[in-house]
Amino acid sequence: MSLVLVNLLDGLVTGLLLFMLCSGLTLIFSMMGVLNFAHASFYMLGAYFAYQISTYVGFWPGLIIAPVIVGVAGALVERYGLRRVHKFGHVPELIFTFGLALLIEEVVQFFWGKSQMAFEEPEILRFAAFSIAGNAFPAYKVFMIFVAVGIFLVLLYILTRTRVGMIIQAALSYPETVQNLGHNVPLVFMGVFGVGTALAGLAGVIAGPVLGTFPGMAVVLGTIVFVTIVVGGLGSLWGALAASLLIGWLQTFAASYNVTMRDVLTTLGLSEPADLATSALRDLWTLTLPQIGPILPYLLMVLVLAFRPQGLFGKRET
Amino acid sequence: MKKLTALLLGALITISSAVAAWAADTVKIAFIDPLSGPFAATGEQGLAHYQFAADELVNKKGGVLGGKMFEIVPFDNKISPKESLIQLKVAIDQGIRFIAQGNSSGVANALTDAIKKHNKRNPDKRVLFMNYSAVDPALTNAKCNFWHFRFDANADIKMDALTDIIAKKDEIKKVYLIGQDYSFGKAVAAAAVKYIGAKRPDIEIVGNELHPIGKVKDFTPYARKIMASGADAIITGNWGSDMVGLGKSVIASGFKKPIYTYYAASTGITKTFGADGKGPLKLVQEGAINPSPSERLTAYMKAFKAKHPGKDMGQPRIANVIEMLAKAIDKAGSATDMVAVASALEGMEHDSIFGSKIVMRAQDHQAIQDVHILAHTDEGIDFDLDNSGYGLKVESTVKMAAADSETTCKMKRP
Repeated sequence: MSLVLVNLLDGLVTGLLLFMLCSGLTLIFSMMGVLNFAHASFYMLGAYFAYQISTYVGFWPGLIIAPVIVGVAGALVERYGLRRVHKFGHVPELIFTFGLALLIEEVVQFFWGKSQMAFEEPEILRFAAFSIAGNAFPAYKVFMIFVAVGIFLVLLYILTRTRVGMIIQAALSYPETVQNLGHNVPLVFMGVFGVGTALAGLAGVIAGPVLGTFPGMAVVLGTIVFVTIVVGGLGSLWGALAASLLIGWLQTFAASYNVTMRDVLTTLGLSEPADLATSALRDLWTLTLPQIGPILPYLLMVLVLAFRPQGLFGKRET
Repeated sequence: MKKLTALLLGALITISSAVAAWAADTVKIAFIDPLSGPFAATGEQGLAHYQFAADELVNKKGGVLGGKMFEIVPFDNKISPKESLIQLKVAIDQGIRFIAQGNSSGVANALTDAIKKHNKRNPDKRVLFMNYSAVDPALTNAKCNFWHFRFDANADIKMDALTDIIAKKDEIKKVYLIGQDYSFGKAVAAAAVKYIGAKRPDIEIVGNELHPIGKVKDFTPYARKIMASGADAIITGNWGSDMVGLGKSVIASGFKKPIYTYYAASTGITKTFGADGKGPLKLVQEGAINPSPSERLTAYMKAFKAKHPGKDMGQPRIANVIEMLAKAIDKAGSATDMVAVASALEGMEHDSIFGSKIVMRAQDHQAIQDVHILAHTDEGIDFDLDNSGYGLKVESTVKMAAADSETTCKMKRP
């Protein structure tokens, strides 16, 4: 029972981290129609910048400075890159962001090398906040939860209670109408892209010490963020939150319980083949839940697309 | 103007010394390993050590056969077996007769087959394969041949040594095995089950699982499972970011008992673990550096660090490869008669710079040597890794590990 509680907390951390990546991406995707393949690369840049800053002035300044740098870089990419290819249609945009992802990975390897970076959590948070049945829960993860929840509340406030938020909301659904009303939609796009990438950078800063800072960190997260925003519904902050938590818990629980296909099949009344080693179905019989865990989010996406194409909280068809 | 003259002079000296080296007819050793791509860091460290060892241990002492110098010629195989075979061909075409390779058993398996064929077809141009790191047991068992020599302890020997140590620790009653889901991860798990079952049948294997290689974002759920299992020790063959992710999650979850690993050191890993790894993190490896077993090694390490301040000596055995090869060439009296050199290497006993005796076992060409359990620590470290202050210190030693182990090798000698 106590393990369930631990897994709930771990899943919450994973989910909230995912949310920080998805919140920006879902706004970008639904506003501009751009599948930003480089989004996870900005997450990686955040981690590497913060690591570099931490070697000079420590972790805390990096927490602020690195996302700002990433956000500015993101805004520049939108202004001078994406906006130029935008007029050629969606496919060139897609290829542009795909190329950008590859470029960022190579640049990171060029400057920092291929080895793992020793990016560590700050000394002040390096203790176990509490422990449940011998499982320590690091204080740093509590910090991660607070940062992510804080970001969510701030975003929610901006999107629903401020004038800027209203324009963004309107531009999400009717970009042409908003432009016709005299608002500077390209500027809104640039701002949203910048803030979105800054959030990804912030996610990188706080994830870097826990999940490792290495050139493959973007690829590992790359596709799962798209799954999350599709499941949650495009442009919906609540949807992004719900889908992130759902996927976070799905992955955590799947990796935690060694349920085997053998158990499932025997419960269903099937009997195990006598000679498993030569049976054609041996791979099916020896399958375990942790092994199929990584594909569960994709399965969820297929189900959502089949039965609720607009996503859990979405208003538009994807 | 002065600067230009100095530059010209420098260039002249470089050219003339290069010409001198050329004229002196060197013994060339092809180094076929990844020098680009994700494993380039490991390959580059290996190359640096080879070149350093050749200079320091052979060339500065007058070379072999009364004046022939060792020359390491690098070939980038991008860790692909296909690319390696092309590079092997290029090396042989350049007249190189000694091939050194280590990273990836997949590559080693391809090379050993190709070299066996080549030597059969070209008896006058035979080559030798110095395998310094590929640890697949098959290379010195089912697939062994007369031209292949392995200087590292293979995966089974390492596990044999590790379980010797575990067997003596009465406090270990439950062991958790976790590894990457591919041939090497499976081989480590299988060997662990076999040796623990034979040496300490009372030890319970509370977990034996494989995770997708390079795809796990967060190892926390695995760490929780390990904690819940009540394991007294973890054994893993993980490397790279999978090693760091697993180790950090397990330690953050409050695991204070030993984590026995094969590859949790250097190329950023030691630095990343830092203070957290001190205590739990252990490594099973040949080659003792801390404490330094001899004045000779201390001088050798100091010179290496002076020449390559940013690199580590991650694979100590490279020094043994160079010394033993030089000895064999001198004993054979030839650097071209491969049957003579291989015969000299076969059964050779060598006192390693790392303090261990090394015997190149004749029946399967597997080096038998001391295997150590090394602890990740910052105390008593003369030579650290990643310039982090942390390094590997010998905790316990299995003398001449697995010297009596069986082999299925049926060596055919020319």
